[in-house]
Amino acid sequence: MPLPPHLSPQLWQEALTQLRAAVGPDALFTADDDVTLYRDAYSPVWGEAEERQASAAIAPNSTEQVQAVVRIANHFGIPLFPIATGRNLGYGGSASNLSGSVIVDLKRMNRIIEVDDKRHFAIVEPGVSYFDLYRYIQERGLDVWIDVPDPGWGSVMGNALDHGVGHTWSSYRDHFGSHCGLEVVLPDGEVMRTGMGAMTSAKTSGDFRYGFGPYVDGLFAQAGFGIVTRMGIHLMPRPECFLHRRVLAYRRQDIVPLVEVANKLEDAGLIGMPLYESPMFGAQFADKALRDIATAPDVWNGNAIDRYAAEKAMPVWQLGLSFYGPAEVVEAIWRHAQAQFAKAIPGARFETIETLHFPLSPQAEEAALHKVLIGVPNLNIFAIGARSATNPEPADGHLLFSPMVARSGEEVMKAQRLFTEGMREMGADFPMAYGPFTAPFTWMPRIFALTAGLPVSRSDPKVNQRSRETMRRLIELGARHGYGEYRTPPLFQDQVMATYDFNGNALRRFCETLKDAVDPKGIIAPGRGGFWPRAMRKEA
Amino acid sequence: MRWLLLAAILWTSPAMATDAASQGQAIFARNCAPCHGPGIGNPGASQKPGTAALAAKYGGILPALLEERRDLTPELVAFFVRNGATVMAPYRKTEISDAELAALGTYLSRNNPKPSGRKIRKTS
Ligand SMILES: Cc1cc2nc3c(=O)[nH]c(=O)nc-3n(C[C@H](O)[C@H](O)[C@H](O)COP(=O)(O)OP(=O)(O)OC[C@H]3O[C@@H](n4cnc5c(N)ncnc54)[C@H](O)[C@@H]3O)c2cc1C
Repeated sequence: MPLPPHLSPQLWQEALTQLRAAVGPDALFTADDDVTLYRDAYSPVWGEAEERQASAAIAPNSTEQVQAVVRIANHFGIPLFPIATGRNLGYGGSASNLSGSVIVDLKRMNRIIEVDDKRHFAIVEPGVSYFDLYRYIQERGLDVWIDVPDPGWGSVMGNALDHGVGHTWSSYRDHFGSHCGLEVVLPDGEVMRTGMGAMTSAKTSGDFRYGFGPYVDGLFAQAGFGIVTRMGIHLMPRPECFLHRRVLAYRRQDIVPLVEVANKLEDAGLIGMPLYESPMFGAQFADKALRDIATAPDVWNGNAIDRYAAEKAMPVWQLGLSFYGPAEVVEAIWRHAQAQFAKAIPGARFETIETLHFPLSPQAEEAALHKVLIGVPNLNIFAIGARSATNPEPADGHLLFSPMVARSGEEVMKAQRLFTEGMREMGADFPMAYGPFTAPFTWMPRIFALTAGLPVSRSDPKVNQRSRETMRRLIELGARHGYGEYRTPPLFQDQVMATYDFNGNALRRFCETLKDAVDPKGIIAPGRGGFWPRAMRKEA
Repeated sequence: MRWLLLAAILWTSPAMATDAASQGQAIFARNCAPCHGPGIGNPGASQKPGTAALAAKYGGILPALLEERRDLTPELVAFFVRNGATVMAPYRKTEISDAELAALGTYLSRNNPKPSGRKIRKTS
C-alpha cells in the first residue's frame, strides 16, 4: 500500500508505533489484506493508477482515542480520512480523496447514547447503523420511527454527513437537515460541541440545533474540517396508520399537473415522499415496439408514447403517495388528494397499494411491501444491480450521477431529453441509461434528483473508462444547463466543486480560506468536497 | 496421554462447534440474512437480492438459501465475506472480525457431510 505523501519509511514506522499505542494493536490495520478492505468496492478506477488507496486504517473506540490519533497525525503530517461505516457505495465507498491517507474507521464507536421517544430525537456515535438504531428502538418498544436510506447497513451519521437521504416526511428524509448537534474532533485534536452542546450544562443538544452564534455544522458535512464523534438526529413519532396509494396518469404531459399537485400536498405537510415511476421503464425491455418508441428521435413530443399508453391501457406515470397519521385523518387527506389529482388530470386513476396499522407484528413487518417507506431498514435495493433471472451478467456496482432538477414536470422532461441525447452522443447505452421513462427521485425535499447509475467492473477496465468519461461529460453537460450534483465520489469532487462557479468560484475560495486557517497541513480529509489546503492546491 | 487428549477433543469439540455455530447463526442473521435470507424483496421481487442472485446463478442445482447449503466450507465463506461478489461489497474486520468469520464458517458448513470415521482414526 502507498505511504502517506512526503513521509519517510522511518517516520512512518515511528508514527505507526505511536498510533498502535494509542488504540491498541488490534485496532491498527497495516497488512495489505486488511487495508485492501478499505478500497472503494464500486471504484470506477479499480486497479488503475488513479485509484485512491489507503496507507493504513485505524479504528479508535472513543472520542479520546480519536483525539490521540489526530494529534499523532498532526505531529507527523499524515492525512486522515474518517469514515463511519464506510458503505458510501456509488459515491466513493470508503476511499479517500488523497492516496496514502490513513482511514479512520469509526465502526467500533457504535454506542447509542440516547433515544428520547417523548421529545423525539436520538444521539448516536458514528458506527451506529440504521439496523442498530432500529433494533434498539424495537427492543425497547419506543414510540419513535427512524427515516432510512435504501441500504440499512449504512451509518446514521455517515449518511447524514454526505447529505444522504431517506423516504418518509420531508422534515426527516433530509438526514443532514434533521441532524441536531455535533461533537467534533478538530484538526488540532481539540473537541468541540455545536448547538446547545456548546453549553456544558445544557440538556437540549438533541432538541435545538442552533444554540447561539454562527451555525457551523454545515462545515462538517462533505468536508474535512473535523472528525464527528457524536450526532443528534430528530426522529418522528410512530404514526397510528400508513396508507400507500397510487395515482396513474396516461399521457406524457400529465407529469406537469402531477408534480404541481404533489408539490402542493407535500409542502403543506399532507403527504410523505412522493414516489414517481414510469411503468413503461420496465415494459420497454419486454416489448420491442415500446423500446423503439423510446429510442426514436421524435419521442419527446409524446405522441407515440400517448398512443401506446391508450392502446395498452398502460400509465405513462405513476405516483405513489404516503400518508402517515391517525386512520380517519389520513383517509380524509387521501380523499382530498384524489379530488385534486382528478381535477388536474383528466382520466387519472387511483389504486390502493397498502394500509398498515402500527405497531406491526414481525410477520406483518416482513410482509410489508416497501419497507423504507415505513422506516424499516433492509438491503432489498441491491436487487437493482444483483444477478437475477432478468440480469444474468451483473455489473460489480455502479457510479451514481445525481443532478438536481427543479421540481416541475417541464424541467423533468427537459432534463430527461438533455441527458438522454447527451448519453447517446457519448455512446453510453445500458438499461439504466437516461430515457423518456426516467422518473425523478424525490429523496431530497423540494428538489428532484434525476439520478442514473453507470456500471463499474472489477475485471473490465474498459467498462470503467467508459463510465468515467460519461460521468465527466454528464457533470459538464448538466452544469452548462444549471443542473448541479448534490454528491459525488472523491474522483469527481474537484470537477463538481468547479461547476459551482458563481463569481469566480467564490464558494470554493471561501472553503479554501477556512481550510488554510483550520487545517493548513491537510490532516483531515484533504480534498473532501473538492477543495484543498494551500500546500496541496494544484495552482500552489 | 495422547488418548486422554483425543478423548478430551472428542468430548468437547461437538459442544464447541455448537457454540461457534450458534454465534455464527447470530452473525448470519445480523449481516447476511437481509440479502441472503428467506422472505420477499422490494415490490415485485419474490426473494431477497442475494437469494434471487444465487437462484439465478445455480438454477436450482444448489439451494438459493445459503443456510440450506451443504457444500460451503469455512474457507469459501471467508473468501466471499472478505472479497465480496458483484454488487456485494466486502466486510471489514471492524464489521466481522476474524473470530466471528470463523464462527460464521462453522455455522454455514454445519450441514456438510461429515468426514469419514477412518480419517479421524488416522489422524489420531
Ligand atoms: C443500491 C444503492 C442504493 C443507495 N440508496 C441510498 C439512499 O436511499 N439514500 C442515500 O443517502 N444513499 C444511498 N446510497 C448511497 C450510500 O450507500 C449511502 O448513503 C450510505 O448510507 C453511505 O455510507 P455510510 O452510511 O457507510 O457513510 P460513510 O461511508 O461512513 O460516510 C460517508 C462520508 O461521510 C464522511 N464522514 C463519515 N463519517 C464521518 C465523521 N465521523 N466525521 C467526518 N466525516 C465523516 C466521509 O467523507 C465519508 O466518506 C445508495 C447506494 C447504493 C449502492
